[in-house]
Amino acid sequence: MSSTKPKPSRFYGVISALTFIMIYVPLATLVVFSFRAPTGWTFDWYTKIFSDQQIIEALGMSFFVGTVSTAISIVLGTAAALTLERTRFKGRGAFDILTHIPIIMPETVMGLSLLIWFVFLGVTLGSFSMIVAHVTFTLSYVIITVRTRLQGMDPQMEEAARDLGASPWQTFWKVTFPLVRPGIVSGGLLAFTLSFDDFLVTFFTAGAGSDTLPMKIYSMTKYGVSPEINALSTLMLVLTLVGVLVIGAREKLSSPR
Amino acid sequence: MEAVASRPIARLDRRIFLALPALIWFLGFLLIPLFIVVIYSLATRGEYGAVTFNFSLGNYFRIFDSVYLKIFLRSLQLAAVTSISCLLLGFPVAYVMATASPRWRQILMAMVVIPFWTNFVIRAYAIKFLLSDYGLINSLGMFLHLWSEPIYFSNSAFSVWLGMVTNYIPFMILPLYVSLEKFDFTMLEAARDLGASSWNSFWKVLVPLIKTGLITGLIFVFTPALGEFVVPDLLGGAKTMLIGNLITEQFMKTRDWPFGSALSLLLIVAVLVSLTIYLTNRDSRVQH
Repeated sequence: MSSTKPKPSRFYGVISALTFIMIYVPLATLVVFSFRAPTGWTFDWYTKIFSDQQIIEALGMSFFVGTVSTAISIVLGTAAALTLERTRFKGRGAFDILTHIPIIMPETVMGLSLLIWFVFLGVTLGSFSMIVAHVTFTLSYVIITVRTRLQGMDPQMEEAARDLGASPWQTFWKVTFPLVRPGIVSGGLLAFTLSFDDFLVTFFTAGAGSDTLPMKIYSMTKYGVSPEINALSTLMLVLTLVGVLVIGAREKLSSPR
Repeated sequence: MEAVASRPIARLDRRIFLALPALIWFLGFLLIPLFIVVIYSLATRGEYGAVTFNFSLGNYFRIFDSVYLKIFLRSLQLAAVTSISCLLLGFPVAYVMATASPRWRQILMAMVVIPFWTNFVIRAYAIKFLLSDYGLINSLGMFLHLWSEPIYFSNSAFSVWLGMVTNYIPFMILPLYVSLEKFDFTMLEAARDLGASSWNSFWKVLVPLIKTGLITGLIFVFTPALGEFVVPDLLGGAKTMLIGNLITEQFMKTRDWPFGSALSLLLIVAVLVSLTIYLTNRDSRVQH
C-alpha cells in the first residue's frame, strides 16, 4: 500500500463516470417513476401490486423456494466444505472441480438439462423441481464461502479438541461450528439471494403456474412498460439489496483484514 | 496449505464421508442431467415432440446448416462486441478504483457490485423503460426540442448493446481490479524514468502484468454473453435469433429437444474451452 499511486488521467475519470451513468440512470429512473403519478407523486402502484393475488403468490413462492433450497445447501455445503478443507483423499481435486462447475456452467444449460432429467424421471414441474434446481447452484456458493472461512481457521484447534478426548461430533459442535458459523451464515444469505434472484434456471424448471417473482416480472415486461412493473421491480431491488448489504456488513465485521 | 498434507494420516479420516451427500447431489442433478443431454443430442425428434433414440449424429450435422451458422456468427459477434466494450469501459473504472484512496475504493467497489446483485430482468426492463417512446430520454429530448417525435430507441441494436454491457461489466471490472490492485504502480514510473514512452510503459509493463485479470475478465464476459437470450429478447424485441434463443425455443416452443440438446452441448464446449484457458491462466500466475 505504501507504493505511490499515480492519479488516473482525466480521460479515465470521464469514462468511469460515463459507465456508472449507463448502469445507474436506468435503475434510478425506474425507482423514481414507480412513485410517479400523472400529476405529482403516489404510492398507488405499490398498493396496486399488493392487491394482485398473482404477485403475492409469486412473492410467496420465491420465499418458499429460497428458504428450502438455502437450508438444504447449508447442510450439504458445510459438510462438503469440511471434507474439502480438512481431509486429503484421492479424487479431492476432481471433487473440487465438480463443486465449481455450477458456477461456470451457463445457466441455460443447467436449466434445460434439469428439465430433460425431470421429465425423464416423471417429476412434476413445480416448487419441488425448482428447489432441486436451485440447490444445484446455491450449494456451490455455500461450499466456497464456508471453505474460505475454514481456510482462515487454525486446524490445530480441532486437533487439540480431539487430543483432549472430544468425540468428532463434540469437536464439530463445540469447536468447528462456532468458528465457522459466520461463513455458514454468509453462505446461506448468498444462497438465498441467488435463489431469490434467479431467472434462467427457474425459467426451465418452474413448469406452468408456479411463478417466482423474477418470472412474474419477466412475463409482465413482455407486454411493455407500466408503472406497476416499476413498483414491483423497485420492491425486488430493495429486497435483494437488503440481503447483499447484510452479507457485506457481516463480512466487514468478521474479517480482520 | 500443502504443509497439512505432509502430516502422516494414521487411519482413514471418516470426515471424508461428510462430502457424500453433496457428491450424490452433484452426480444426480448436475452430471447425470448433462449425460442425458448428450444422449438426447443423439436422438431424433418424432411426432408431437416425442423422441426416438436412434443414435445418429444428425442433430450435429444440422448445426452446419447456413441458417444456424448465421445465428452462431451473430451470437459470437454480440459476445465479442460485448466483451470488448466491457473491456474498454471497465478498464478505466478498474484503474480508477485501484489508484483511489481506500475510502473511495470502497465506495466504487460497492457501486460496481450493487448492479451485479440486481436482477438482470429488472436491469433490462429499466433500460427498456428509459428508452421507451415516452420514457425519460424521449421526454427530455422532446422537451428540449432536440427532436419532435419519439425516437424508437427500444428494440434496437443500441438498446441490446446497452443491456449487454451494463449486464456484464462487473464481471470485467472485478478481475481487472484484482490484477491492478496487486500491480506496483512505481514500475510505471521506473519505466518512464528509463525513457519509455507512456504508450510503451502501458503496453510493455502494465498490460503484461495484469494479463491474468484481462483474460479472466474477457472469459467471464464472453462465455455467459455467448448464451445470453433474455437481454436480446427483452431489449431487441425478440427479432434477432441468437444461440440462446434458438436453444430455448427448441425446449419451450418447437419441442425439438434432441436438436436443442446438441446446440446446448456446443455452449458447454465453449465453456470448457474458456475454463481451460482460465485455469491454465490462473496456474501460471501461482507459479510466479
